Order: sequence, then structure tokens, then C-alpha cells
Amino acid sequence: MQPTEQQQPTATHETLSNELLLDMYRSMILVRHFDRRAVHLQRTGRLGTYAPLEGQEAAQVGCGYALDKRDWLFPTYREHGVSIVHGLPMSTIFLYWNGRPEGCVPPEGVNIFPVSVPIATQVPHAVGAAWASKLKGEDVVSVGFLGDGATSEGDFHEAMNFAGVFKLPVIIFCQNNGFAISVPLSKQTAVETLAEKAAGYGVEGVRVDGNDLLAVYETVKKAADKARRGEGPTFIEAVTYRYGSHTTADDHTRYREASEVEEWKAKDPIDRVKKILIERGVWSEEQDLAEWAKVDGDVQAAIDEMQATPSVAHDRLFDYAYAELPQDLIEQRDEVRRLYGNGGAK
Amino acid sequence: MAKMTIIQAITEGLRVALREDERVLVLGEDVGVNGGVFRATEGLQGEFGPHRVVDTPLAEAGIIGSSVGLAVNGMRPIPEIQFFGFIYPAMEQIVAHVSRVRMRSQGRFTCPMVIRAPYGAGIRAPELHGDSPEAFFVHQPGIKVVCPSNPYDAKGLLLASIDDPDPVLFLEPLRMYRAFREEVPEGRYTVELGKANVVKPGKDVSVFAWGTMLRVALEAAKAAAEKGVDVEVVDLRTLSPLDRETIAESVKKTGRAVVVHEAPKTAGLGAEIAAVIQDEAFLYLEAPVVRVAGYDTPQPLFSLEDIFAPDAKRILHGIDKAMNF
Repeated sequence: MQPTEQQQPTATHETLSNELLLDMYRSMILVRHFDRRAVHLQRTGRLGTYAPLEGQEAAQVGCGYALDKRDWLFPTYREHGVSIVHGLPMSTIFLYWNGRPEGCVPPEGVNIFPVSVPIATQVPHAVGAAWASKLKGEDVVSVGFLGDGATSEGDFHEAMNFAGVFKLPVIIFCQNNGFAISVPLSKQTAVETLAEKAAGYGVEGVRVDGNDLLAVYETVKKAADKARRGEGPTFIEAVTYRYGSHTTADDHTRYREASEVEEWKAKDPIDRVKKILIERGVWSEEQDLAEWAKVDGDVQAAIDEMQATPSVAHDRLFDYAYAELPQDLIEQRDEVRRLYGNGGAK
Repeated sequence: MAKMTIIQAITEGLRVALREDERVLVLGEDVGVNGGVFRATEGLQGEFGPHRVVDTPLAEAGIIGSSVGLAVNGMRPIPEIQFFGFIYPAMEQIVAHVSRVRMRSQGRFTCPMVIRAPYGAGIRAPELHGDSPEAFFVHQPGIKVVCPSNPYDAKGLLLASIDDPDPVLFLEPLRMYRAFREEVPEGRYTVELGKANVVKPGKDVSVFAWGTMLRVALEAAKAAAEKGVDVEVVDLRTLSPLDRETIAESVKKTGRAVVVHEAPKTAGLGAEIAAVIQDEAFLYLEAPVVRVAGYDTPQPLFSLEDIFAPDAKRILHGIDKAMNF
């Protein structure tokens, strides 16, 4: 896949305050560092399989900043960036990739649904949550995230159709990073842009340069404002690229040329914002170095928190299967207590 | 007290729930203006409006998937799948999400919904309209499966299902929808989930059935009585979780068991019930547990459905087998 030259709408960064831009920039650095540390932790056996997002920071951070805290997020397994921005602690995300149930539990007041592993199935959930907001008369927006491959799944089409028919306050946000594991977009769909699919459902489709933080921010903000006004859903295709593999269990060099990755790295979303900040005279290389050091401390604190989390009690296997445990499960839980105690292992 | 059919009792149950709780909404294909293909939702859209009783696009995954979002965000959706055999496109949503939301989020999010689906054969419908895949869902933890066999239970179990904090798959025996009438109390009452019902006490052999097969089992019990065999007929009512205690108590009393279902025999619920009986009442058994079930073929076109699904003759044969081991 080639980098996309022309996307709408164009960035209008002149209208953004230095303060907001700096804030978003710092978040992008944090997210990238978090991601790199997570890959490293997996390589050293301290995390399970992990799905990296490096290269997609602009799409995720820009989207996160454009939303309100009360909005609902329905993520895939790659939405660590937008989740951090929306208030999910980094330690929670680490716990998830460490196979811990606590990793699916956002703090009270943070409306992020647990990660969805099956492809596209979370998009109807976002649609349903938006439907509930509409019925309750709240001006809250739901955002369903997906990748380019997910647009081939039936659930995506059913969700888009519901969103259009019921005119729901939902944003369906696709990070088109060019590959569904190894399959490129050209083998995923016969259309040129994913955004054009939206027309088939009476949904506004917008294609945006997903490596342009400001363009993503403005596009999502516009879609969210529209949704809050009761003017219906938007499908956003943010064109971006993942630098690494689909997950740490995959080797992207089997299906991509190194030159293609390099070509995209030349359009790095973080470098682009840094350049703007330096041009504006509000950032310097020294500050940049200091910022990377600072986020290292923040990420390390989250890793420490994950590692200090006590062993999971065996009862947690049973506690939340139902609101009230059926007799069968009480007996099965008692067997575990008898045979293994209730200490648990990490 | 009014005499009602099963379908009228279900409509009444939905009406009570819609009236009492603003969070309740009914959604599905043809449930609004048309009142459902079986008329289970007849008149409800007129009474509660198109935002409470919603005609959706033809999309089972969309109906169940959006119900997940509705439930998580505070509503109490009652999605209808037009025929149980059309639930397959929504299977991923039910197995991957509906049944797992509570456990996945450690109770932070819950997914209370009642998925209604008419099930079973016997109305001469086309292919797939007569399937009975209840075992698929009984095998999936996190979702309860309920199946009434009479009007009183239909309304009471439906209201209990709507009250339940966990998702419930509510199977409606479509062949019995209008087969008979029974007195059904007005207003709210519930029948507890997870409790089987000894419909006809007996001392010689226990017959376990649910939904449509319950009536057929009673017919077989009557025929057996003429041959001097006193059959106990147990209506399971809730298929997940199973009422192991009532099943075991019945077998301890009679020493013999016949399980009846429309679904194919292999790995059907009958196998699970036989295992429960072995776990709980092995030393009381006078004969192996007999399964009288659909044959291990796909649900056939309707010219063959009468030989596919057990009838009283086949159940009687099963009773004889248990009695004469």
C-alpha cells in the first residue's frame, strides 16, 4: 500500500492552541513509549502476545482528544493509545496483556468497553450504546473502532446499516493501517477507499490522513459535534500504517518490503507534530529529550504496578460468570478451593 | 382469570414489562407494525410506540450486537429472532459477547437481555425454520436457557427472565403457540428460573421433556397408563442451569428415566441429562437412561418432519425399553 497523498479534510492546525497541541504531542510520545516497552516486555517473557500500534499514534491520540470523557469507546485489541487518552490506566492495559481479568476493568466513570477479540463484533455494540444514549436523551457519543480487515466482516455492515437507519450518535472509526495480519487492502476489498462504503448505508463517510494528528482531531470533533446535535453517524477512515507486526506472534517481514515501512516512517506522525511545535517556538530538542525521559518514568511506574499486583484469587474464575452462582458452579468452585486453595498464580 | 394461549400469555408478559419499566424495549424483524410473524408482539407498537417496539433491519448479528450496547448502556432489550434456526448469524454475538460481558469485565458491565426465539418443528415451515439447537447454548456458560410448555409458565418465566440480571435465551414452542388455553393471572407474577416442574407424578418411570415435547410426553404417559405403567412427567422449564435436584429426586423415586427432545440425539441435551442422572442417582437406576430424540440428520424438509421428531409412539417405545431392560 502506498502512502496516501490527498485526504480530506486538510489540517487546520493554526486554530489549535499551543497548550492543546503540546498536550496531544506529549500523549503521542507516551503512547509510543508505552507500546515499545510492551513489545520489549513480551520479548523478555514478562507479557503474553501483544498487539503493537506504533505508527498509529496520531489516529488514536487525535481521536481520543476530540471526544468527551463521558463518551463510550468500543475498542479492538490495538486501541491502547486512545484508551490511555480516554482514562484507562496503562497498568490496566499491561494487566490485560498479562492475561489478568483486571485488565478488562476500567475505573468507574471511564466508559471503555473491554477489548473485543473477534473482528468487527464490537461495532454493533457501539451502535447499541449510541441507540441507548439517544433513547435516554443524552448527548453522549459512542465510538466503535475497527481496522481495515474488519470492514469485510458481516457485523461491520449490519452495524453501519443500523447506524444509518436509526440515525444514531455513533462514530465508526476505522484505522486503515494497510494490512489485516498479512493481507493488504487491495486483497481485502475491491473499492479504492473504505470511506466510500459508508454511502451504501446512508452514513457520511470521511477519509482522513491518519498520520496527521490535527486532521484526525478536527475530523472526529466535527463528527462528534454532529452526533451530539442528533444529526447521525459518521464513518471515518483514518489512513495510517503499523510499523511492526500484527502481534508479537507475527513476522511482518514475510509480507512487506522494508522499503515500504521506511517510506511510511518518513511520514511519521510524531515527527510531524514536533516540527510544528518547534516552528511555533514552543518546543525544543532539549525539551523533547526531557519528555522522553519523563514518560519512561510514567510507563515504568505502570509496569511496576502490574508486577506488584497480587496473584489472582482462584475464585475469580467463578465469581462473575453469573450474577448469582448456580449450584453446579458452587460445587466446581468448592472443588478448586479443596484441591488448589484460593491463592492463585500470576 | 382469563384463559389464554401460550402466545397470548407471552404478549401479556411483554406488555407488563413494557408498561412497568421504561428501559424495556422490544426489537427485531417484523415485531412492530406486523406484530411479529406469529403475532407475539401484536398491538404492542401501537400501545408503546415505535421507539419501544422497534422494527429493525433484517440482520440477526446486528439485532443481538446492538442489544449488547443497549444493555450495557442501561436499557433492557428484548430482541426477537424470528425462528430459532435463524439464530446462527447471531451465534458469534451470543457466544463471544452476550454470555461473556459480565465475566470479561469482572462485573463492571453487564448484559441483561432476553433473546426470544420460537423453536421447533411441526408447522410445515421451510428448511431451518424447525431447528432445535438449544444444546449449542446450554453448552455456553454465562447465558441461561428457558423453555416454557404452557401459558402460565410462558408469562411467568418470561417476566422472571426479564428481571434476571443475566442474559436469557427464551425459547417458545411454536407448535404449541395456539394449541390450547389455560388460565393466566393478570398483571405481574413470575415463575422462578432454574426450577423443573413435576407435571404428572408417577412411580414407575420418569420422563423428562420441555417445550413442545412435554405435551407429547403427557400423551405417551396416558397411553402407558393404559398398559399399567405409571409415568412421572417432568417439565424441565429451564435448560440452563438444569434443576439437577428435581431430576435426581424423580429418578430416585422411579428408578428409570427417559429423556425426550426434538433436537438430534448425539451430544444433545439428553446426553447431559443422562450424565446428571448417572452423577446423582446411579445406584437407584434399574435400567440405562433412554434417549428419545430427533435423528442425527439435519432437520428435514417438512414432508419428513413427523418421523424426525419424537411422537407419542416413539416415546412409548422408549418407556417400554426402560421398563423391560
